[in-house]
Amino acid sequence: MTRHTVMRLAIVMAIALAALTAAATAASKKPTLLLWTIQRTENSVETKAAKTYKPASVKVQIFANDPYKQKIKVALGSGKPPDMFMNWGGGGLKQYVDARKVLDLTPFLNADKAWKNRFFNNVLQTAAFKGKYYGIPNVGMQPVLLFYNKAVFRQNNLTPPKTWDELLSVVKALKTAGVTPFILGGQSKWPDLMWEEYLVDRVAGPQAFNAVVAGKKNAWMDKGIIKANTMLQQLVDAGAFGNNFSSTTYDGTVTATLLGTGKGAMELMGNWEYGAVLQNSPDTIKNHDLGWMPFPAIPGGKGNSKNIAGNTSNFYSVAAKSKHPAAAVQFLKKQVMSPAYVKGLIALGNIPPVKGIAKQLSTGANADFTTWCYKLVQSAPNYQHSWDQVLSPDAANTLLTNLDRLLLKQITPQQFSANMNKTK
Amino acid sequence: MRAGSKRKGASPLLALPALGLFAIFALVPMIVVVVLSFTYYNGISSPTFAGFANWSRFLHDSTTHHAIWLSLEIMVLSWLFQTPLALLLGVFVSGRQRYRSVLAAAYFVPLLFSAAAIAITWRNLLDPNFGLLANLTHRLHMSWFPTSWLGNPGLALYMMVFIISWQFIPFHMLLYQAGARQIPRSIYEAAEIDGAGRVRQFLHITLPLLRNTIVTSSVLILVGSLTYFDLVFIVTGGGPGFATRILPLDMYINGFERSDMGYASAISVVLVTAALALSLLLIRVTGFGRFRSTHEGA
Repeated sequence: MTRHTVMRLAIVMAIALAALTAAATAASKKPTLLLWTIQRTENSVETKAAKTYKPASVKVQIFANDPYKQKIKVALGSGKPPDMFMNWGGGGLKQYVDARKVLDLTPFLNADKAWKNRFFNNVLQTAAFKGKYYGIPNVGMQPVLLFYNKAVFRQNNLTPPKTWDELLSVVKALKTAGVTPFILGGQSKWPDLMWEEYLVDRVAGPQAFNAVVAGKKNAWMDKGIIKANTMLQQLVDAGAFGNNFSSTTYDGTVTATLLGTGKGAMELMGNWEYGAVLQNSPDTIKNHDLGWMPFPAIPGGKGNSKNIAGNTSNFYSVAAKSKHPAAAVQFLKKQVMSPAYVKGLIALGNIPPVKGIAKQLSTGANADFTTWCYKLVQSAPNYQHSWDQVLSPDAANTLLTNLDRLLLKQITPQQFSANMNKTK
Repeated sequence: MRAGSKRKGASPLLALPALGLFAIFALVPMIVVVVLSFTYYNGISSPTFAGFANWSRFLHDSTTHHAIWLSLEIMVLSWLFQTPLALLLGVFVSGRQRYRSVLAAAYFVPLLFSAAAIAITWRNLLDPNFGLLANLTHRLHMSWFPTSWLGNPGLALYMMVFIISWQFIPFHMLLYQAGARQIPRSIYEAAEIDGAGRVRQFLHITLPLLRNTIVTSSVLILVGSLTYFDLVFIVTGGGPGFATRILPLDMYINGFERSDMGYASAISVVLVTAALALSLLLIRVTGFGRFRSTHEGA
């Protein structure tokens, strides 16, 4: 064989190979979609939804919670985002929407009313800005409840507090008994916010924070907010959070173990804490020693005692730069919160933000807890989404730092309001 | 070599790869950061010109001023804490006895851990609920003993200095060990004949002859303390309140948590400038650049 023949043969082979690969890709013309989400219990449901989807191949990538926030920001900013990404709605998502990095889902939702009406509207609103929708809920609702250890209350002949005065007397009694009244992961800062949200709601009503969101001048100087913060500092003074709250972190195990083992009597936390207790102190659930109640009423306050706070849900959004936006939307419509998806979430103790599942909840696992939560959410006149998710990242960070300092008594309620007033 | 000879040492061309890497990974980013410090930039949208807004904020931001103060405090405290301990340990393990080598190996261990591992370990040890310390005080019925070490704004910074020192003392110990072993035995033998005891030998021979090592180690501690980040970030995250929010952490929080890359860039320009100035100053004051040899006959 001459050199030329070898060359010619090589060229022919190369062409044949190219033709073959082209044919192969044509055969599997399925678009590939990349989905980013965070590490959480619901991952099993998410990956199953992706795996069982035929029209496109959906690749799920899972990241740890805190670094994910930086990662998604960099990915969207640098212009190489995944097709779909998990987010918390609110101010964080708004940042990306303002920078035109997120696909507007409104036309798709309006074109298919059945899809839109499947969700609780107040939940969809968390990922909506100026009347446009940018996110589809992907986990259960996360209202914040007051959990308590029934055994501790029994041993000390106490009843769970329904009002502020009862709460104060319970704190006093538990303190003398040597039990930390309220477990608080203060080093993580955001657990402090749950107290703030409920106290401000009960004292000043939802309008106080709505004024902040609306950008009203001096909204943080509201007398109700200052009063709520004064009450919060009174709780600190009364030893309601014990001596260690400022060095206790919330990591999903520590506080649940403290509550389950009765080292602390109560904890204000998102409904996911039920799952955490189930995991870290299963006997507490088995013996029916874990109790839960709404945040106590504050007589004379402006807020309805049925109001709740928490995360409405987490969301999937589609990146504006996705190469297959239509395919991504189709996936969200067909697979997320589908009957199988909802069933999977309920099995994990989730309360999906989907209408008409009360019956399904009552027959599922952990039914007493999930149906109670479902009713709580349904009957709440106002469902306040977590402030740090609503505000801009800048204001949210200032808020958490100032709350930390408020609880450490480094600043007064007046200083807190003045500091917050400076944020945008 | 004759005076006026063209070649002095190796060809400068040999430095090109290193200089190239330095330019790409240090100089270019530094220039970009200086430019960014004059912009509003949230890391997502494109930056817009801000004039001196970030810099005027730097002059007025009391949180950043507090962070600068904390950085200085942690620098001085780290030096005060690490230098004597590292010096004594280093001289101690420079002895050739076998038990000292065993101890040296043990003291050396923290240096092998990654900062993240050290941070997580200490955070767990000091955990007020399940930490070793809390457990111990609980078992000994010492409920009066404080357990919230990292949650007390007055103590948190000192705890950080302690943990940082725990990580870095082994390294400086190694420097001192090497330095002390360089000191010729004959000097000690002469001193012994003259009737000098152990303490006098240490004060009048070891210490003066370790002068260069002390300077090297101090420069590393002082300049290095400007870049402390990982340990503090993981152990306290800057809290409680602002108690451990040192300047690098303030930069991170502003840039990544508050999405204000412009202001974070201004802070990092200050950090780089301060570290550079400090290094130059230390080199000047200590004569680091023209070290006299402490060897005999040199």
